[in-house]
Amino acid sequence: MQFDQILQYTLSGLSTGAIYALIGIGFSIIYNATGIINFAQGEFVMLGGLLTLSCLELLKLPLWAAIPCAIVVSAAVGILFERLAIRPLRQPTPINLVIITIGGSILIRGLAMLLWGKDTHAIPPFSGDEPIAIGGATILPQHLWILAITLIIIIINKVYFYHTISGKAMRACSYNRRAAGLVGIDVRRMVLFSFIISSAMGAVAGIIVAPLTMTAYDVGVMLGLKGFCAAIIGGMSSGMSTVIGGLLLGVLESLGAGLISSGYKDAIAFIILLLILFIRPQGLFGKADSERV
Amino acid sequence: MLEISGVTQIFGGVTALDAVSFSVSKGDITGVIGPNGAGKTTLFNIITGIYHQTAGKVLLEGKDVTGFPPERLARLAMVRTFQNIELFGGMTVLENVMVGMHTKSSSGLLACALKMPWSISEERRIRKGAMKWLEFSGISDLADHPAGGIPFGKGRLLEIARALAALPRIILMDEPAAGLNSQETLGLAQLIKRIRDLDITVVLVEHDMELVMDICDRIVVLNLGSKLAEGTPREIQESPEVIAAYLGDDD
Amino acid sequence: MKRDLLLFIAFSLLIMVAPQFFEGGYLMNVLVFVGINTMLAIALNLLLGYAGQISLGHAGFFGLGAYLSGVLTTTYSLNPWVAMPVAAITVGFLAGLIGFPILKLKGHYLAMATLGLGIIIYIVFNETVELTGGPSGLSAIPNLQLAGIIFDSDVKNYYLIWGMALAVMLFSINLANSRVGRALRAVHDSEIAAQVLGVNARLLKVQIFALSAVISSLAGSLYAHTMTFISPTSFGFNFSIELLTMVVIGGLGSIYGSFLGAALLTLLPEFLRGANDYDIIIYGGLLVVMVMFMPGGLVRGIPALFRKVVEKVGTGHA
Repeated sequence: MQFDQILQYTLSGLSTGAIYALIGIGFSIIYNATGIINFAQGEFVMLGGLLTLSCLELLKLPLWAAIPCAIVVSAAVGILFERLAIRPLRQPTPINLVIITIGGSILIRGLAMLLWGKDTHAIPPFSGDEPIAIGGATILPQHLWILAITLIIIIINKVYFYHTISGKAMRACSYNRRAAGLVGIDVRRMVLFSFIISSAMGAVAGIIVAPLTMTAYDVGVMLGLKGFCAAIIGGMSSGMSTVIGGLLLGVLESLGAGLISSGYKDAIAFIILLLILFIRPQGLFGKADSERV
Repeated sequence: MLEISGVTQIFGGVTALDAVSFSVSKGDITGVIGPNGAGKTTLFNIITGIYHQTAGKVLLEGKDVTGFPPERLARLAMVRTFQNIELFGGMTVLENVMVGMHTKSSSGLLACALKMPWSISEERRIRKGAMKWLEFSGISDLADHPAGGIPFGKGRLLEIARALAALPRIILMDEPAAGLNSQETLGLAQLIKRIRDLDITVVLVEHDMELVMDICDRIVVLNLGSKLAEGTPREIQESPEVIAAYLGDDD
Repeated sequence: MKRDLLLFIAFSLLIMVAPQFFEGGYLMNVLVFVGINTMLAIALNLLLGYAGQISLGHAGFFGLGAYLSGVLTTTYSLNPWVAMPVAAITVGFLAGLIGFPILKLKGHYLAMATLGLGIIIYIVFNETVELTGGPSGLSAIPNLQLAGIIFDSDVKNYYLIWGMALAVMLFSINLANSRVGRALRAVHDSEIAAQVLGVNARLLKVQIFALSAVISSLAGSLYAHTMTFISPTSFGFNFSIELLTMVVIGGLGSIYGSFLGAALLTLLPEFLRGANDYDIIIYGGLLVVMVMFMPGGLVRGIPALFRKVVEKVGTGHA
């Protein structure tokens, strides 16, 4: 009984963890390319879910078409955000960037509230909701979708960063922005790219999680913050460490909620965040880096 | 006064300083020179507690101060200035110098906020003291200007005035003449001599050879992280190694 | 120095006579909140505007003050005048304790850590139901009493709150123009130069963090005793952001700016009653617009704008 429970919590924790990982990678990509922590990252998760809903219900698109449509629109919002809020900033100090991304996130959330109202909305699961038994636990097909899509995205990400010119240029920017600029990389374009990629990834996360948890104009806040926790655990890497960070966070949270108290579920993530920041600000797997402390 | 012994600094496999040793006598003006990348600024950062060296010791007035943070060194009467002047841009020129008197005043947070009588009289003393150092450096006319808006040369003087307000026994200056025109450099040379006359030991890193040869009592030459030579300006000018390694291929 | 004092006296007089114009009206109640928010904005401004350290969790300290006061006076029947300092000291102590590890962090990381701290505190308010009443709140918190006067009406509360707010203002103005205030601003402008001059930046940041928490806690206690009812929703992440907005809009590093920001953000929703749910969009928009076009806040932006206009008019006539 006890073991089955733990298995059940672990399995559902893994799929939420995968979502955190995707959002966390989005944070990391922007951070590495620009040095900005984009507090609006969570809003793209919300946009992904709600835009899919609109594509399904208003445009009557089939699911396979609604999803890419929502991703493209979210990425477009990401471009607008970079162009209108980040690029024109005259004094890009860390505090100003924190404030402007927070302001932007409130604005996006507020507009979403105008467009979709305050109700929670459901998106149909991608392939039914017949539970699948694994050992003594059961999972939904949507859980498998989440894990599979996350895996695919991580692979695409890897290929992009290591095997394409623009991905390599982006990595160069993350090591040393000035040097990258000097060897002819268009750093501003890379910044824009980083916003496009991470808003698209945020949207994907929002779309695949929506059938499980429902979605509303304000889901982005918590999901975004949890994604940031994942990124911190992973040492702001845009690779495997953040994925592990996300999965770890998802599982710990799910176990904590199930075995200790569900009310403190959200607190668990933030306690982990604080502990990591205090003890290992470079992340669980990272090398010491003086920039964060 | 100041003794550096066997200071070594390794940055990720690159040896920036290799067992550098020398000592600075009280009341001298000592110049540390060397081509770019010789490790001069690194050495300064180690002495003033900003970096922690891989090995070696720093002794201040006979006391081992290795690894002391900058604020503790300030209380031991060692201050420094920076190559790219670090002013408090949001404050006035006078306020900048008033911060310099931090270690020479003691009112705590509550005493300040509640305007206790002793903190009021201390504030008066700080203001007067700061004004004195502005006059000493010849920029008292700028007292109420925002420090962020004054010309670079004046900023240099302000940074020195601010450091002097801490009543140091030793002051380290990182390239004080960088960015100054020849007129300003002359003024600076006079100012440094007047600082020495106050019985304050001066150590400076400098590229301006004329200035160094003019004012320094002793010179230490660094090259590629090690000490190449040490002596009076005349000895240095005549040292064949220095001429070969430094005066030869740099300006 | 003298000018500062005169300005403060003039401002205090203005605050003291203001009720003559609004007495009995609904606005009196709002002005009480302007007072509380002014205290909170000043507290955050000391940290953010003077020391340059961001906090996205200040609603948590505000809430701790309110709940400590509330619980001590209801469950433990303590006198409010005793509960208030007990709460403030406790919160200050906690903030000092957490301040050491948290203020080692910089910029974005500090923002996230304080945000996390605020959310944890908020969750604790919700979950410790036996103590705080949980999401349904804590009620029947006693009003403050002084020499037979019970502070239970808007007008009485106005003078109580504003008396405290003015004291906090004067305290902060004095602090800003003192040895400690200069050291704080020095840390903000160049931490390394401040350290070289003997300023213990780390200790100073923790001190100011604790002070800021203490002021927030006092504001929280006053809030609890004037409202007599508190619930966790008043102390969540959104309120931390609202406080940040007040400070930024008013002007970082300006005490009167904090008043302006607090007044604007507290009064604004009253004028936008029709748009009740949409005020959040306005906050977001204000934040973005201010950081982009008026990074010095209203307190500097408006005089600058005024000068520009005067110059334009001047050259137009010439």
